[in-house]
Amino acid sequence: MESGMKIRVLVAKPGLDSHDRGAKVVARALRDAGMEVIYTGLRQTPEQIVEAALQEDVDVLALSILSGAHMTLLPAITGLMEERGMSDVLVLAGGIIPKEDIPMLKECGIADVFGPGTTTDELVHYIRGKIESEAKNLE
Amino acid sequence: MTHAEKLIRNMLKGDKRATARLLSIVENGLPQAQEAISLLYPHTGNAHIVGITGPSGVGKSTLVEKLVGEIRKKDQTVGIVAVDPTSPFSGGAFLGDRIRMQSLSTDQGVFIRSMASRGNPGGVARATKDAVKILDAAGMDFVIVETVGAGQSEVEVMRIAEVVVVILAPGLGDEIQALKAGQMEIGDIFVVNKSDIESADRVVVDLKSTLAMKTTKDGWRPEVVKTIATTGAGVDELMEKILEHKEYVESTGSEKTRRRRVQNEIESILREKAAEHVMRLLEETIQFNEIVEAVGALKKDPYTAVDELLLNVTAKPKKEGEA
Ligand SMILES: Nc1nc2c(ncn2[C@@H]2O[C@H](COP(=O)(O)OP(=O)(O)OP(=O)(O)O)[C@@H](O)[C@H]2O)c(=O)[nH]1
Ligand SMILES: [Mg+2]
Repeated sequence: MESGMKIRVLVAKPGLDSHDRGAKVVARALRDAGMEVIYTGLRQTPEQIVEAALQEDVDVLALSILSGAHMTLLPAITGLMEERGMSDVLVLAGGIIPKEDIPMLKECGIADVFGPGTTTDELVHYIRGKIESEAKNLE
Repeated sequence: MTHAEKLIRNMLKGDKRATARLLSIVENGLPQAQEAISLLYPHTGNAHIVGITGPSGVGKSTLVEKLVGEIRKKDQTVGIVAVDPTSPFSGGAFLGDRIRMQSLSTDQGVFIRSMASRGNPGGVARATKDAVKILDAAGMDFVIVETVGAGQSEVEVMRIAEVVVVILAPGLGDEIQALKAGQMEIGDIFVVNKSDIESADRVVVDLKSTLAMKTTKDGWRPEVVKTIATTGAGVDELMEKILEHKEYVESTGSEKTRRRRVQNEIESILREKAAEHVMRLLEETIQFNEIVEAVGALKKDPYTAVDELLLNVTAKPKKEGEA
């Protein structure tokens, strides 16, 4: 990676859940790890999230979801991203997502799913690893 | 066709992804940045550039959302560059201005980009100016730059704006004092936001008395507007003042103002490039290391050392006939 480059992450909350403590904890941890975190607030539609990710040219889209609507919202997001040629963005999901749903989500383009037990350190480590190896592949 | 050429061609066709990529190139100061700017520069000059600055939390982003609403009513397009500080400890940043601009997020006539200051005042000013050029070339009728007023680098960023709106709100203690050095001087329009809070009127009075005798470089008398960004009250008046100011500048010699802005930009790029150029020349010389050692050993003071180094660099390419 070039020295001036920073990992840019959009932390977004799709769906109708009404608190964003988890998303903010993630946002703060990523900032403290030296990343630039764009946060868009609560109750975002898939269109809003994808449009923000596009304009902000993020490397990573981190989706936090509690409402149980992940099986419709997450594929809607990755679908829009594919339409707009954004398949190179690393899409991660966290929150309350049952294990049995994960294979299906991965098929839709979610790179990985992080359950409530994941520490923020693990997440930071994961993102760095992915983005850095991608940068190497481009060289 | 180079990468930058391709991106610019797509941007001019309305491809927002290309615009976003170009913004990343200048933000990261990548090698293609200069090529990109030089290719798109002929397409700039259309947008009206509005700077919005003021202390943290006064309601800048909320106001921007409402102001953009006014602009969109006239069916004009808007680019927004929202600059937030980088954490000096981690080098990361939390960019939260979009939280207050949700109603704009899927409007196809609006493009929002969040930028971190990345700890280098000259760097953020440079990147912001280039970002504004990109959004201008992308065809935006207005480009709004939001920065939190925290110091010299914001003043530098605001130099690119054709009109500077300084925002205050009651509840900051001494509101006028909260404006850092320079901000009072750069404002063309002053907004007292959160005027639903009682003490707002006192801020208006203080502000008006501070501004009483002031005129800007263009001879414009700064205006004071009261707003409630959360409801949108007063935002139509703010829009009117912005347009009035634009007319004023255009009728009283915008060429001069434009010239001043261009000269300022050339000077700042020159300063940056000259410094880089000299450093590169010097780092290759043995003399540089010798002088560093001499200063370290207290045999020379750093000012004399720099004079000697500069003399050496500037005297180097001797033309014929010169001594
Ligand atoms: N009462 C009142 N609150 C307001 C008004 N305008 C904004 N706010 C609130 O002030 C808070 C900060 O608003 P922002 O728009 O984020 O302020 P900002 O100046 O952009 O903040 P930074 O970008 O962090 O410097 C939010 O909670 C807003 O809802 C207003 O006119 N009246
Ligand atoms: Mg803001």
